Amino acid sequence: MHDMPAQGHVAHHAPPTSFIRKYVFSLDHKVIGKQYYGLALVAVVVGMFLSWLMRIHLGWTNYAIPGLHFLSSNGAPGNVMTPEFYLQLMTMHATIMVFFVLTTAPFAAFGNYFLPIQVGAEDMPFPHINMSSFWVTFAAFLFLVASFFVGDGPTLGGWTQYAPLSAVGSVGGPGEGTGVVLWAISIGLFCVGQLLGSLNFITTTLDMRTRGMSLWRLPLSAWAWFITSCMGLTAFAVLMPACILLILDHVAGTSFFVPSNLVINDQLQPHSGGSTLLWQHLFWFFGHPEVYIAIVPGMGIVSHVLVTNMRKPMLSHRVLIYSMGALAVLSYMVYGHHMFVSGMNPVSSLAFSFPTLVITIPSTIIVLIWLGSLYGAKLRINSASLFALGFISMFIAGGVSGFFLAQPSVDIMLHATYFVVGHFHMVMGVAAMFGIFAGTYFWFPKMFGRTMNETLGKVHFWLTFVGTYAIFMPFHYLGLAGNVRRYQAFVDDYTQRLIPVHQFITIAALFTGAVQLIFLYNLIHSRFWGEPASDNPWEATSLEWSTPTTPPPHNNFGEKLPEVFHDPYQYGVEGAKGDYVMQVSPEKVSTAHDEA
Amino acid sequence: MATTAHEPPRIDDRRPMSSGNGGGGRNVSPGAGSLRTVRDYAPPPASTAIWVLLASISMTFLALTSALIVRQGAALDWQHVTLPGILYFNTAVLIASSVTLTVGRRKVAASVGPLANTGAQPALWLNVTLALGLLFVAGQYVAWLQLRSEGLYLATNPNSSFFYLLTAMHALHVIGGLGGLARVIRKFNRSVLKKTTLDATARYWHFMDVLWIYLLWLLWAKI
Amino acid sequence: MAKLFAITIIVIAIVSAIPILRHTWWLAPDISTHGAPIDEQTSETMAEAGISFVASQIILALFIWRFSGARAGEKIKNLPGGAKAMVWAAFLLVGTEVLALGVFGVKAWATVYLTPPAANAMPIQVQAGQFAFYFRYPGPDGTFGAIHPELINEGNQNFYGLDTDHDPDAKDDIVTAEMAIPVNREIHLLMHSKDVGHSFFVPELRVHQDFVPGLDLTLHFTATKIGRYELVCTQLCGLGHYNMKAYLSVMSPEDFDAWLKQQAALQ
Repeated sequence: MHDMPAQGHVAHHAPPTSFIRKYVFSLDHKVIGKQYYGLALVAVVVGMFLSWLMRIHLGWTNYAIPGLHFLSSNGAPGNVMTPEFYLQLMTMHATIMVFFVLTTAPFAAFGNYFLPIQVGAEDMPFPHINMSSFWVTFAAFLFLVASFFVGDGPTLGGWTQYAPLSAVGSVGGPGEGTGVVLWAISIGLFCVGQLLGSLNFITTTLDMRTRGMSLWRLPLSAWAWFITSCMGLTAFAVLMPACILLILDHVAGTSFFVPSNLVINDQLQPHSGGSTLLWQHLFWFFGHPEVYIAIVPGMGIVSHVLVTNMRKPMLSHRVLIYSMGALAVLSYMVYGHHMFVSGMNPVSSLAFSFPTLVITIPSTIIVLIWLGSLYGAKLRINSASLFALGFISMFIAGGVSGFFLAQPSVDIMLHATYFVVGHFHMVMGVAAMFGIFAGTYFWFPKMFGRTMNETLGKVHFWLTFVGTYAIFMPFHYLGLAGNVRRYQAFVDDYTQRLIPVHQFITIAALFTGAVQLIFLYNLIHSRFWGEPASDNPWEATSLEWSTPTTPPPHNNFGEKLPEVFHDPYQYGVEGAKGDYVMQVSPEKVSTAHDEA
Repeated sequence: MATTAHEPPRIDDRRPMSSGNGGGGRNVSPGAGSLRTVRDYAPPPASTAIWVLLASISMTFLALTSALIVRQGAALDWQHVTLPGILYFNTAVLIASSVTLTVGRRKVAASVGPLANTGAQPALWLNVTLALGLLFVAGQYVAWLQLRSEGLYLATNPNSSFFYLLTAMHALHVIGGLGGLARVIRKFNRSVLKKTTLDATARYWHFMDVLWIYLLWLLWAKI
Repeated sequence: MAKLFAITIIVIAIVSAIPILRHTWWLAPDISTHGAPIDEQTSETMAEAGISFVASQIILALFIWRFSGARAGEKIKNLPGGAKAMVWAAFLLVGTEVLALGVFGVKAWATVYLTPPAANAMPIQVQAGQFAFYFRYPGPDGTFGAIHPELINEGNQNFYGLDTDHDPDAKDDIVTAEMAIPVNREIHLLMHSKDVGHSFFVPELRVHQDFVPGLDLTLHFTATKIGRYELVCTQLCGLGHYNMKAYLSVMSPEDFDAWLKQQAALQ
């Protein structure tokens, strides 16, 4: 009998037939998720390539990189990178990575694909809005990349685009012309795309859960996506108007961010009265939650992957959820730690440092719960679990450098040095990436019906784990020695002895970058020629592993929506078939770990 | 039967629906009873979605408000702009549109169901709302023309910048609301309008009303 | 493979710690009067961060080593104390540690940023502009001449836009491209940005402050060791950012007076 679910009305859409509807303008959240993943993949390749160019230049500043002049009409005469071109590459590297990789892959890609399935729904409630969110994000990417092809190239002001450099226009130098406007349009569009996405994520989590699926029974990945979308809702809604104000200052002669009496190239600038700190406040009010938007989905994915491979539940499901929620709430109170020496009231610096230190507590709770849950486990070692464990190691490494940066007095010596660059690369550039890798190896069989090659996966893990430590640990030493960031070359006397360290880092970076080709090859080869996968290769419990086919059918669960009987993560259960009980399994096992 | 190292809670069939559930009665064990005895309630997604959207829009205008306040304090060049009179007329138009929308909703409710009052003309009221909304946007444009005739353009002074910016952002969102209203009218005429759609659209429209009153105050007040 | 992974984690943790313990690359030596609490704070943070880092990596490694594989014949078990113990540990260990750091750090911060300069501090103005620092001494009259932005002309070396013809205060101002200060004398630094955002950083002096266009900020410090140090810009200001630097010479009072006379003659 057809069991109609009692949840909110779903915009039922029949399976598409045309190529355009199936693969291009698709309403299916699974296709949209894969499209986001594809976008992130293209973005990460571009972003990583830009970082190679940067690293080569930093190690060997006058080296003529073959073919470099093809990338820019005037940025690399004789294939030697100009100072402005370095800064342009740096700005694009950061913008692409933070927005189009770290916000897109763990959140938009995996979230779109798996959130509806993990709650037990056919699709998100607003498939047209969902489809728009991808295409708006895609358009944002095109605008950003377009800046390589305009006038004097992309903007060079860093992904932080501090005013007034970003607002005064081309007079500020090469890279401050149209490139800035394209950057601001791109990011403004990106914000809109993410808001549309968050709309769907929140309504899916709150309104589309199937019968028996209470909020506490949602897997940790679903909670992470939900919490992240709540953050995104508020954070992106602030960056978007900031970008509008920036564009207006740039093209319309307003003075939101540009004060009076600025003299550039001996010319008095026409602006007056604006506040440069206003941009910083608006930007970082977004910027700090943004970095938690980048890491929380990874925490959810890693928790999800880890539990499956530990064959026992986490010490406490709810404490992890509360802690991720605490991170989200606190993330709005700490943003001033990016501005300790910015010229804002020094008392404000002290005020911001306390919540920054306090936010260590939920982060520590999460790490301790992970570590504590490992105790007594029966850990399975595979590519997915290795990256999940690697995430823990990297998150600890990146997190402890935060202790320093959270204190204004210590920040005096470390602000704007490589210490900061090391800190955020460890947590974002490595840990968050490891979350993406863990999710990929884990969910690939479900998404594509084939398994990835385990041997290649392990090789990828080992070389990347050691390689990323080799790259980013030394950044902290450079920072302690006073190596300032965003320099295209090191001309100060006291930094000369640090250049060999940079050369070491460059070699490690090029090596580790090359290793990612193994992952790419594995991904593409397995997609078409991998071993067929079963419906539940990991013997996992959550709803995505109970779909009738693999990959899931168009409406995810076929004729009948599932019904949920258990908390997630019923592993290590005795008396059940195997050592686990799936959420949809009606069998009542007295040794199950269901909480009330 | 072997036991685990700790004694886990057992699933108790006789236990009633637990409290502390988050999602409207879903934390139930099926137990021995029929599933049909379980009453599931899910908030309609459209309703949740509108609240989410309104939260986001509020954050945007909060950001712009803080930008205004900071900019006002940053320098001595803040010159208060006397609001063009038509703004007050536009405000009345927008408030009237909220009234006609509320009446329209009631008429829609009265025109369906077993006790349908076929004399009700919900479509008329909805169309009037749409027309008033269009009139509002047109009136805002007239306000802009009036400011321009006084020599106040976007970049003339920071107050005028915020005037144009805030009214433009609001008008853009109102135009979005007009699209939503048009969609509701189209669906109603084809008899496929759902209550949740109408409710969500109406909530959005009323929010635009309240937002405008706030922005009007912000621009009017000598902060 | 689990055991190999565990060993790798421990090796990486220890290898990472070695350059820190040996101070292979470390903070520049402190030549300021206010730097000691900052350095102390940094060392304490390093100790706590270092111990947390190494300890947690070792615990991770140990648990991976001990609890991986099917471990047939053993059951899964929970850490004694469970989640509650972890939450308490976080609040107690980390909570007290970070709050202590925060509280003690207030004093180090306040000495630099929340105290006024001494009454007899020597005023020196520094102007940051794309891509150089210029310094201004008030001269015998002790007053700085007004800055006229519209008069700024780099070609004529009028970096500050001074009106020396009509402004008596500006006539005796001394503008230099290098900064010199007498040792053991408090300096009251007046900071001014000509164009975009820049920053003032002298590692040895333990001072770091952004220049904010439109806001004239100040710093005060005292150098305790004669020598030549580098001042670098740390706020991205355009293509020349990497090269935006100046030398700071700390001299004996006699040498400083001689230097200043020499600079005055060059105006």
